[in-house]
Amino acid sequence: MDEGRARRRGVSPRLWLAGGWLLLALLAAIFAPLVAPQDPLAQDLMLERLPPFWLDGAEPGYWLGTDSLGRDLLSRLIFGGRIAFIVAFAAAIAACLVGSTLGLISGYFGGWADRIISRIVDVWMAFPPVLFAILLVAVLGTGLSSVILAIAIIDWTRFCRVIRAETMGQSRMDYVENARIAGYGRIGIMLREVLTNVVPSIVALLSLEMGIAVIVEAILSFVNLSISTDDPTWGGIIAEGRLSIHQAWWVLVFPLITLILTVLSFSQFGEALKTRFDPVLR
Amino acid sequence: MLLQRFLIRLLTMLTTLFGVAVVVFVVIRVAPGDPIAMMLPPGATDADIARLRALYGLDKTIVQQFFIWLSGVARGDFGSSISLRQDVLGLVFSRLPATLELAIVALVMAVTLGGTTAVIGARERGTAVEAGIDIASGAALSIPDFLWGLVLILLFGVLVPIFDISGRVSPQLDLPFVTQFYLFESLLRLRLDLTWDLLKHMLMPAVALALPLAAIISQLLKQSLKEVLDLDYVVLARVKGFSETQVILREALKNAALPTLTLVGVQFTFLIGGTVIVERLFSYEGLGNMAIDAVINRDLPLIQGIVLVFALLFVLINLSVDMMYALLNPRLRHG
Repeated sequence: MDEGRARRRGVSPRLWLAGGWLLLALLAAIFAPLVAPQDPLAQDLMLERLPPFWLDGAEPGYWLGTDSLGRDLLSRLIFGGRIAFIVAFAAAIAACLVGSTLGLISGYFGGWADRIISRIVDVWMAFPPVLFAILLVAVLGTGLSSVILAIAIIDWTRFCRVIRAETMGQSRMDYVENARIAGYGRIGIMLREVLTNVVPSIVALLSLEMGIAVIVEAILSFVNLSISTDDPTWGGIIAEGRLSIHQAWWVLVFPLITLILTVLSFSQFGEALKTRFDPVLR
Repeated sequence: MLLQRFLIRLLTMLTTLFGVAVVVFVVIRVAPGDPIAMMLPPGATDADIARLRALYGLDKTIVQQFFIWLSGVARGDFGSSISLRQDVLGLVFSRLPATLELAIVALVMAVTLGGTTAVIGARERGTAVEAGIDIASGAALSIPDFLWGLVLILLFGVLVPIFDISGRVSPQLDLPFVTQFYLFESLLRLRLDLTWDLLKHMLMPAVALALPLAAIISQLLKQSLKEVLDLDYVVLARVKGFSETQVILREALKNAALPTLTLVGVQFTFLIGGTVIVERLFSYEGLGNMAIDAVINRDLPLIQGIVLVFALLFVLINLSVDMMYALLNPRLRHG
């Protein structure tokens, strides 16, 4: 691919950085048992609150230091990435499937279907989302599947609203009318013609939603409602870091940097994918 | 015309609230875990449990419970909290002012910061200044309030400890207040020492909430300003000899603000939704913090009450923005 084409397709340094970070974090999470320098659960009170490697008092092998129970921070972050990515992918895809389907139906068929779906979206939008998530996980019981389900139940409206609006716009286009004249059925047109044209938006939203899911999971772990407290999660480490902030700042700083990089990468990635897929912008 | 629009919106608002009530009622009754069992000492007899269940109406069917609760709500009776054993409405009113103050301070910050950067960006369009504003607002928008809160705790609570990172007011202070609107009341009473203490506690959570909203306002307002700045009447003002800043503030802002206003309404509800976790993060004694405790304690009446109050706030904000838009938009006003 020559340079001009690369630029036209929006492969910017930002996309490389975002993609690079996500790939690195994902690979580390997948191969966590091989990559992590220590057992993320091993407690050692002799090693409590070790600082990161460049400070006095650091121990070799504990690169980012340890928490108040002497557990290795880097290993906990790497293992915490497993939960984060599983939740990100599963919850975002589930929310996307439900929301995009309803949005497509609502926007393309209009009428009663649109009215009912839009009313449900209105009701959903009147809930404070974080409180709704906490409530759902409390109801469903803590655990990985509850967290995924809760995020999907809350965030499908993000897809529904955007895809509905886009579908309404696309349905008024000439090509849809042409397809109808050519004798295609309504559902056929919706799936073959309209869906293809709203895919860029779906992909961008999907990437954005993955970042949101990572945050919601962190928030749920932060209030101690995500998965069992034994497994390391980014939010759980942050909660621990918030408590020992004056004794061991690194326990808060490193998971925070990890989360910020991940969220920024997902949103940058989404933007870039949208540009790349969009026939007009491309 | 305006009245008709208002009545239709009011009706939609009521059905939305009814929907929220149904959803939250059904959701929390599916919950495993018995709130009654949690409030009794170990060794309570079955008869004790049954008596308490009857006292809180938990022995009836879900539909019966719903309509008993709903008829209470219609009379202003939200029931009583199981964990705190107080009237739900009283508890909500004791905490709501703290949350409202936080949200309003955050909104003022967001509008000020977003508005200023939009005007500067529009004036300096095409320069490095505008590019800088774009990058800053992009970052402010992508990072959610929860993470901003943590960043601020690290920066101004630990690294340079100039603000308080937990609570609403220093506990050793004597508070002369008769309302729960501490900040506003301290201003009215001219107790600026208390205002300062309250602000020191409130600033960081408010900034965390304000940053994403400020970014949205900045981006959207700058975009509409740039569009308006090419219109004839603005060019005319420029020809008359007004400076670019004057042109923007006097002529362009008025017309560019309308699309931003609609968006700020929806985004303000997101900001209020964000208070739940931000209050938790800063141990700020508001409604959201209480809501999380209520969920953890499985305090059904309190959860219902708080969720409904949040929903009411959201629909009221949307309604007032809609009305403001109708009043300000000449096409709708005369239409």
